[in-house]
Amino acid sequence: MQVSKEVLMEVKNLRVEFKGGSKKPFVAVDDISFKIYRGETFGLVGESGSGKTSIGRAMVRINEAAGGEILFKGQRINGLISKELDREVTQKIQMIFQDPMASLNERAKVDYIVAEGLYNTKAYQSEAERKAMVSQALLAVGLLPEFASRFPHEFSGGQRQRIGVARALVMQPEFIIADEPISSLDVSIRAQVLNLLAELQQQRNLTYMFIAHDLSVVRFITDRVAVINRGQLVELADTEDLFANPLHPYTRSLLSAVPIPDPALEQAKVIIPYDPQSHDYAVHKPSWVEVTPKHFVLGNATEIQEYRQRLA
Amino acid sequence: MKQPLLSVADLYIKFSLRGRVLTAIRGASLDLYAGETLAIVGESGSGKTVLTKSFVGMLDANGWVDAGFIRFAGQDLAKYRGDGQWRTIRGKKIAMVFQDPMTALNPLRTVELHTPLRGMAAKDRAIELLSQVGIALPEQRYHQYPHEFSGGMRQRVVIAIAMSCSPQILICDEPTTALDVTIQAQILDLIRRLQTEYNLTVIYITHDLGVVANVASRVAVMYAGEIVECGTSREIFYNAQHPYTWALLSSLPQLGIKGQPLFSIRGTPPNLFAEIKGDAYAPRNSYALEIDFVKRPPCFQVSPTHYARTWLLDPRAPKVEPPATIKHLRAKFVEGALCK
Repeated sequence: MQVSKEVLMEVKNLRVEFKGGSKKPFVAVDDISFKIYRGETFGLVGESGSGKTSIGRAMVRINEAAGGEILFKGQRINGLISKELDREVTQKIQMIFQDPMASLNERAKVDYIVAEGLYNTKAYQSEAERKAMVSQALLAVGLLPEFASRFPHEFSGGQRQRIGVARALVMQPEFIIADEPISSLDVSIRAQVLNLLAELQQQRNLTYMFIAHDLSVVRFITDRVAVINRGQLVELADTEDLFANPLHPYTRSLLSAVPIPDPALEQAKVIIPYDPQSHDYAVHKPSWVEVTPKHFVLGNATEIQEYRQRLA
Repeated sequence: MKQPLLSVADLYIKFSLRGRVLTAIRGASLDLYAGETLAIVGESGSGKTVLTKSFVGMLDANGWVDAGFIRFAGQDLAKYRGDGQWRTIRGKKIAMVFQDPMTALNPLRTVELHTPLRGMAAKDRAIELLSQVGIALPEQRYHQYPHEFSGGMRQRVVIAIAMSCSPQILICDEPTTALDVTIQAQILDLIRRLQTEYNLTVIYITHDLGVVANVASRVAVMYAGEIVECGTSREIFYNAQHPYTWALLSSLPQLGIKGQPLFSIRGTPPNLFAEIKGDAYAPRNSYALEIDFVKRPPCFQVSPTHYARTWLLDPRAPKVEPPATIKHLRAKFVEGALCK
């Protein structure tokens, strides 16, 4: 994988809120910043309700950002933007959803499902060209062009997820956000979809953001990982570095709970519980610090010192 | 050897779908011993859920037991018909916990109504159950609706319901798939605690081998409606014999090497509408012998507790080594930082 130093996507102080009735808004994501470089696979992990999906959805502009900026190739893409930029971003940033059983329109044929983005952006000259683009996308994900005339219910879970990938690919994207793309699939089909994503990345120099809670998969496919807890980033590092030297107590807790497919080790495993009260932030507020090159963690001065000592 | 608590022999389960007959379970045999934890693993569509649903008479209306028996407490459950008869077993002796706690509860009922007794005794029992499954402030929680509970808490309520009639066997169908790893660990601990307290026998249905390693004393591997390998948890993880079990272990992402493709099983599971000749796994099996396409392999005994349905175990078969990646499974995890 060619990871360049070119920042493809940048999130700056992002805030996402959900308003419910007259109550004060619920803050799902608070003051989050990170950069994604062209060609890399960036992982975003955290438990359900941590806000990881909200970030992904804000980046494809399904959720509105309540604060902060989202930059694509240095241009702001949230809030009010020009029509041309809107069209470009719609095409260049695509999303693959979690559940292939729920994310495909049951009443539409595969042809329409895959081409829907093309129709919306009118990114083709003739009907023949549109058909060719759909066929090509289907072939790229290992499906036959004939499948275009079928309905989603005729496909298995793994095939449906391939349709989900084809639908993103047909737009010729540069950046794909995959939100738990394999968590609803079987072990053996997971491997196929992961391999497909890796292969496409190499062929097309794609950049991925991979949202997941399964850390064993994250470790296998990502280059860098950010850990999110209750709407805040707590740690970010190169994947191997994070797994070898987890610093933040939440990251350590999360890693300790990962199931190990080996009876002797799994049964001897000790889970480290995470207590959010353990941080003493009353006086000394935490900040986002680069402890070692490319390894960031959230903590106050005392904690950061502790983390540095642990690494020494 | 101990007497099995529940014994399935040569079971066939069929479904009629749009005028065609699908054979979901093809000659499965399985013994379940009191107090053990058996994990059933396999891909979706391999029949794990159908097999266990037949123990509680919960097959869909278009399905039936075509042959074989399910022996439990001196009775053959395969001959049970109608809800009246099943009610003596279902819930009372054998209870089931389903995959998704978000859909298993009636959202319009408070937790109170999800328990079977009535009157004050029922209320007391329900509150007692809720506290046993680790729900704080059960008296208050008792009056709340399912949407007021988190995923982990809902799964606890589902387990409380399953435990309400003090069953002997608890079947957990993917009980933690919808949950986060930290919550998952808590639920597995809870089931383990209930198991020792009530001398429960537990069947786990799962495709997560990490969960299997955590809970199972024995493991049964299913493929296309039959049990292709069965043994103690260690026998399956450290000394698997069936190529399908090898394939399942090899496709673990933990065994992947970055930048290289992950092992994946080629092809698709067989069409269960059609008659299957020979070994159902043969077309996808890179170790398949000629006989695999002709004749169904019998069960070969590997140890008193371990058997596998593969011709590779026939004395006449060529000697085949399991793939190198899984032979070093253990070493791989020891060196991995995941277990630090």
